[in-house]
This record gives sequence, structure tokens and C-alpha cells, in this order.
Amino acid sequence: MLTPDIAHFAWRSLEGARTRSLLMVLATSIGVAAVVVLTSLGEGARRYVRNEFESLGTNLIIILPGRAETVGGGAALASGRTAHDLTIEDAMALRRIRGIEHVAPLNLVEGEVSARGRRRDVPISGSSSEIQHIWGLSTASGKFLPPQDPRNAAPHCVLGSKVARELFGTESPLGQYVRLGDRRFRVIGVLAPKGEFVGVNMDDMVIIPVASAQVLFNLSSLLRVGVMTRSREDVPPVKAEIARLLRERHGGEDDVTILTEDAISSAFDRILVALTFALGGIAAVSMAVAGILIMNVMLIAVAQRTSEIGLLKALGASPRQIRFLFFAEAVLLSAVGGVLGSVVGQAGSFVIRRLFPAVPAFAPLWAVSGGLALAIATGVAFSVVPARRAAALDPALALARR
Amino acid sequence: MITLRDVSRTFVLGGESVHALRGVNLHIERGEYISIMGPSGSGKSTMLNILGLLDRPSSGTYELDGQDVTALTDEEQSRVRREKIGFVFQFFHLVPRLSAAENVELPLVLAGAHPGERREKVMRLLTEFGIAKRARHRPDQLSGGERQRVAIARAMIMEPAAILADEPTGNLDQHTGGEVIHLLEELNARGMTLVLITHDAVLGGRARRHIRTLDGRVEGG
Repeated sequence: MLTPDIAHFAWRSLEGARTRSLLMVLATSIGVAAVVVLTSLGEGARRYVRNEFESLGTNLIIILPGRAETVGGGAALASGRTAHDLTIEDAMALRRIRGIEHVAPLNLVEGEVSARGRRRDVPISGSSSEIQHIWGLSTASGKFLPPQDPRNAAPHCVLGSKVARELFGTESPLGQYVRLGDRRFRVIGVLAPKGEFVGVNMDDMVIIPVASAQVLFNLSSLLRVGVMTRSREDVPPVKAEIARLLRERHGGEDDVTILTEDAISSAFDRILVALTFALGGIAAVSMAVAGILIMNVMLIAVAQRTSEIGLLKALGASPRQIRFLFFAEAVLLSAVGGVLGSVVGQAGSFVIRRLFPAVPAFAPLWAVSGGLALAIATGVAFSVVPARRAAALDPALALARR
Repeated sequence: MITLRDVSRTFVLGGESVHALRGVNLHIERGEYISIMGPSGSGKSTMLNILGLLDRPSSGTYELDGQDVTALTDEEQSRVRREKIGFVFQFFHLVPRLSAAENVELPLVLAGAHPGERREKVMRLLTEFGIAKRARHRPDQLSGGERQRVAIARAMIMEPAAILADEPTGNLDQHTGGEVIHLLEELNARGMTLVLITHDAVLGGRARRHIRTLDGRVEGG
């Protein structure tokens, strides 16, 4: 039998049972659409997170004291105890490395700030003028920390927009004093509102020189050092050079952890790819349900078409041909259902993109092609039993007089 | 052309053996017109199924066109059935969703013939049988006589060695039935082997040779 004839014959018999065919197409297309929509959600979440990280700056390097075995974990951020502290001098030494644009030492402590009898618990950052570029901060009034030797514990500070408003109301805080611990700091600037950034609300922040923070809170080590390279290409060589330089300064010990935006975001990337696969897998379950429906309906079709199958056999159709005809029907149905389902699925992810513009919900190619392939495979797999049953029909019985 | 040697067919029904055919010997020459008659349950249908390769004998051999077909696999039997045997049934057995022409074409499609060749053969036969005008009609738009003509055209399309007609007039009125029989006899007159299975003595009497089945045995073979 010629292939176009098989397809044509199968198509005609599907046409002859319209409701049945439409039901099977529907079941398959729901399965494929589910795969496409759910994986596009997973992929959207992945791209969303990736974009967030890239907004941090792709040419950022973060140095933490302590050696972390795994990259990008919370352990590295928490562990501060090592043989050697990460010091302001370490940070200053990094300046010599080619390719580095900004270096900012950082301490971050939760503390109390007060002025005119008002008190607030806020995050207090000890840093230098260059943190402004790394965090992308701008001032609404006054100026940021001035560039100066970071070992100099100058008594001035910059306030976040919210903390400035809460302490001073509508009055300008510039030139006024706030109290941090047992010291007074003169307000030299107020930040423009920025909101949440890297998990900290910048509007709540009080920024003081790093040396002042170390004196105030009796710290010997930095929490971290932020480094910004001139370009993204500079990141790997600069990272290697930082590691070499700090090893030299720390008596030959590798006792710092150096994180790059790449490493952190690729860790998230792996997690979210796994999540997308899991979502695709869950959706694939609906395909199995569709498969069982297909099998059920095909078995009914075989029973209804007993005499036709008997006739085909009497006309010389071999068992193999009968099987092929039923397979062809299943493949046609699931292919039509699959194509329809991916169109519906793509429309679904388009709607999601429209409703949530921040989430770029595009179904990955592997999910669309995999969904289609799975639909056809399901159609074939679940038509094995009905096709066999049809091929095994006794033609004499099938043709028996009514 | 057709030789049955000591053919038996036994069914097991409800734990009991039923002997549908017992040691049947039969020889049919090429171009013969032979009727197989007998009451229902006499083994007539089993005989038809075995001659048409729709069933296998429990023992004995069946030789068709010089070839022992009992030893063939299912796939090989399908091929022999397609090429050498044409069936005509009491209930026509046309595929309802296909047109008359497509029904006639079906054996050629199964054989993998090319569309151009198929169309030509189909139209020639339909014209010859006087139903060319009905080629595009579906079975439910045809009269009983037309349906049976379509069925006969389908049986003839592969130019088989023999036509097995199972009560071909059983579902037709007398006049139409007569026309159908004339058509079959005309084909026989042109050399086609014709085996007519019927319980109708008058119809069966028209054949040149008569065989009676009774209780699984054959008389007159």
C-alpha cells in the first residue's frame, strides 16, 4: 500500500467519525498546550531571575572572607571566621590590579540611629565613596561620601530617603547631626529613593565611612569587598589576580571566596531549568491521560468497525497493513492535536507575557518539539493494543452474517 | 485449479468439538461454474471460508493454482487472497464512507497500485457493468442491485482466479437478483471460475455442477 493511500484512507475514516476524532484531538492538544504553557512559565521565571542578576551589573566581583566549598551558597555569606581577616588594607591593595574600575570595602550592621529624640533600627553600611557606583546610588540632596583614604574614620554619613524623612520630617537634614551608638555623625547627603536592592531596602540605609563603622562596632574584618571591573571581559583575569594577590597577603592561604555575578546567576539558572523540566514532566502526565483516552476510543473504533476490518482482510489486506492503518489514524490524530496544542500553548504564553510583562514567558524549543514528539509517541504507543486487536480479528467471524 | 484433499475443520465450542467439515475432497477446474448447496449448519460457510483463505483447515491440504496454500503465513495468505480470489457477499460489504469507485478501487489500493492505473481500471469495469454514472455515489445512495454490481466489480478488479459468491442474491428482489446472477454467469462464460454458495435450490441448480454439503460431508464432489 502506498504511503499517501494509507494517510488518505486513515483520514477518511477519521472524517467518518467526527465526534470521536475531535475528542481525541482535543485531549492531545490539551496535553501539548499544558506542556508548552507550563514550561514557558518556568522559562519565564528563569529569564526573570537572570535579568534581575544582570541588573546588578555583569562586571561585578564580590570577595568574602572565608573559604566556601560551594559557590553561591548562603554558607559563604554567613561564615566570617578565618585565620586572616579581610581588611581595609586588602581592599586598598586591590586597587593596583589592572582592569579594576571601583573597589568598595563593606561592612553591614543592624543598628540604631537617632536624632531629635527619634530612634530607628536600620541597616548601617560602612563603605567608601565607590560603593555609589557599585550599587548605582544617586543623591537627592547634598553629596555622597567624598573620595578619601578609607582608613580615615570621618564622622559624616549619608541617609536613605525614608530614614531621612522619618528622622527629620520635611526639614532638610543636611548639616544636622545623627547619633549612631556613642558617636555623632554629620549628615552630608540624602539618597534618592531606590527601593529594594540585593535584598536590602536602600531607602532605610545609613551609609558611613568603613573605618568609622569598624571603630563604632569594634569590627576587625570586612563583611565583603565589592569590585567593579572595566568590562565584562575583565572579570576572569581580574578574579584570578585578586585570588593571587590575597593569597600572597594572607600568607599563602586561600581563605577568601570570590563570587562573580555569572557564578551566582548560573546557580539559579540550574535550579530554574530543573524547575522547568519538572513542570514539563507534570504536564506530560496529562499526555498520558490523553493516551489512555485515545486507546479507549480506538478500541471502541475497532469494535465498531469489525465488519470493515473483516472486509479489508477478505480483500487481501495483511495483518501488517491493518495495523498500519490504525497506527496512521493515531499518528494523524495526535499530530493534528499536537500542532493545535502548541498553537494554543503559544497563545497562552503570549497572554501571560501580556499580563505579566516582567516575566518573559517563552516556551523553550525543546519543550515545544518535545511536546509534539511526545504527543505522536503517545498516539502510537496507545494505539498498539487496538491496532493489534484489529489485525488479529478473525475475518470469517468479522464477516459473519448478521 | 482448486483441490481440497481430505480437509477437516473442527471447532471447539463450549468444551465440545464440532466437526464442521469431515475429510472433504473437492476438485474444481479452471472456468468451472459450481454451486455449493446445503442447509445452514451443514458446513457450507466453513467451506467458503476455507476456499477463500479466511480460515485454515484443521487437517488436510488446499491447493490453489498449483500452490499449497495451507502452509503459507498469514501475510502470504493475504497476498494470495488479494490476487486470486474475489468475494461477493450477501450483504455487499461496501465501505459506507467511500464512493462506489473508491470501493472498487480498494483491492488495488491495498496492492499498492499507482493512482493512474487504478483510475483507468476502475472506470473500465464500472462502464462495463453499467454503473459508471454512479461512480461518485456512496453506497447509501445506490440501489441494492447497484451495490451488488459495485461489489462484483470490486471482486473482479484484481482479475482473480475465482469468484466466491456467498448468497449473492439473498438480499435482493427476484428481478434484481436475476440480473446479478446473469452478470456473474456472463463473467463465467468469459472463463472466470465461479463458486456459488447458496441454500436456494433453484439458484444452485443453474450451475453446471452441484455439490451438497450435509453434516460436514460433501456429496457430488
